[in-house]
Amino acid sequence: MSSDKSGFEPRIVAFLCNWCSYTGADLAGTARMKYPANVRTIRVMCSGRVDAQFVMKAFAEGADAVLISGCHTPSDCHYQEGNFKALRRYYLLKKMLPQFGIEPERLRLEWISAAEGDKFQEVCTEYTEQIKKLGPSPVKKGVKNG
Amino acid sequence: MAKPKVAFYWCASCGGCEEAVVDLAEDILKVVEAVDIVFWPCALDFKKTDVEAMEDGSIAVTFINGAINSDEQEEMVHLIRKKSGLIVAFGACSHLGGIPGLANLTDKESILRASYLTGPTNVNQEKTIPLAKSPSPDGELHLPELKANALALDQVIDVDYYIPGCSVPKKLILDAVTAILTGNLPPKGSVLAPTRTNCDTCERNKTKPEKLTISKFYRPYEIELDEEKCFLAQGVICMGPVTRGGCDERCIKGNMPCRGCFGPVDNVYDQGAKFISALASLFDAKTDEEVQAIVDTIQDPAGTFYRFSVAKSYLGHKVS
Repeated sequence: MSSDKSGFEPRIVAFLCNWCSYTGADLAGTARMKYPANVRTIRVMCSGRVDAQFVMKAFAEGADAVLISGCHTPSDCHYQEGNFKALRRYYLLKKMLPQFGIEPERLRLEWISAAEGDKFQEVCTEYTEQIKKLGPSPVKKGVKNG
Repeated sequence: MAKPKVAFYWCASCGGCEEAVVDLAEDILKVVEAVDIVFWPCALDFKKTDVEAMEDGSIAVTFINGAINSDEQEEMVHLIRKKSGLIVAFGACSHLGGIPGLANLTDKESILRASYLTGPTNVNQEKTIPLAKSPSPDGELHLPELKANALALDQVIDVDYYIPGCSVPKKLILDAVTAILTGNLPPKGSVLAPTRTNCDTCERNKTKPEKLTISKFYRPYEIELDEEKCFLAQGVICMGPVTRGGCDERCIKGNMPCRGCFGPVDNVYDQGAKFISALASLFDAKTDEEVQAIVDTIQDPAGTFYRFSVAKSYLGHKVS
């Protein structure tokens, strides 16, 4: 993958909850809506299952951005309030990421329902464009500290 | 039978871990009786050449404390690794990078500038900063060079066991020495301390409300700390939920929250991120604005959640 900004194709890791956002992504697929191949999805049971460790590990392994998507607040969450846990971790992570030199824009939280295939498509397209403009992650792959 | 040879070495540390060994008091005599100390720069006069002259693998076990943040320390630990059967990372800095690892959240130039040039108490008219090489009338002088980042011991050499803590509690030292002398050791790579979190044994756990929620955080000096109540229930950040137990809750008994020096429990790699997951769950907030307002009351999240473990976080240091 090219590292210069002009031909830069970001890698975006997307954690999607099983009940809403993953189903929404699936709907986008079955409806043959196109979205950039830069988004690599990982299905989790709930956005509340997304441990902040997952996010930090994704960045450490070279992700240019991380998208977390769950069921709409306040009442769509299959597990009642897992999405609130995601919301709270998201803001705390956004505050901490710059201390590690990572721009907060590289983390994004969305609520996408099972019926919103079109919203999934829009978010992926728009976020890929945004990260392309922002450029590659400052984490240099293969360079351990020292 | 010859007594097993034991060595102690220190790298980037405050000396507290050496102190912990001395604090064994009369118990140290049992250790001294059972082993032959062949290298301990802090207490006994040995030189690098003495170590070089030893046969490879001839030291049964070396306890190394401190992070690795200079090329000299790196060279020494490689030499010691060659000469030792077992290497034990001794204390939080060696185990996790510790306090020196906090420097990884900035860069080497800023550290040298702050320490030697801009510090309010500095008097340094010649603007001297340490250099690896400098000329002198007697030829070029060489000093150990500060590394770009502080590292935990296992990021430099292979480590057999870890004894956590800042500093290491007496009981853990004696248990570890006994385990080594009797050959009664867990699998390689184990941390020689309990596997449960601090909250598990904390006396204050029973004061924790059924549903713990936090709407504002306080730093310890900002409120009068209750001597019996769970710190998190008081809105004070306590690393207990994600920190390995076995410290006998020294800080908590002194009415200070856990700062996380024992590092994460088994199967958790990134202590700070794990703490974000645990702590954020407790926020009494359901909208963006409410969450943001609570986050605003947390000062320095990286420095607080990774106080001892920046070097052993997924990122390891600030990237740029």
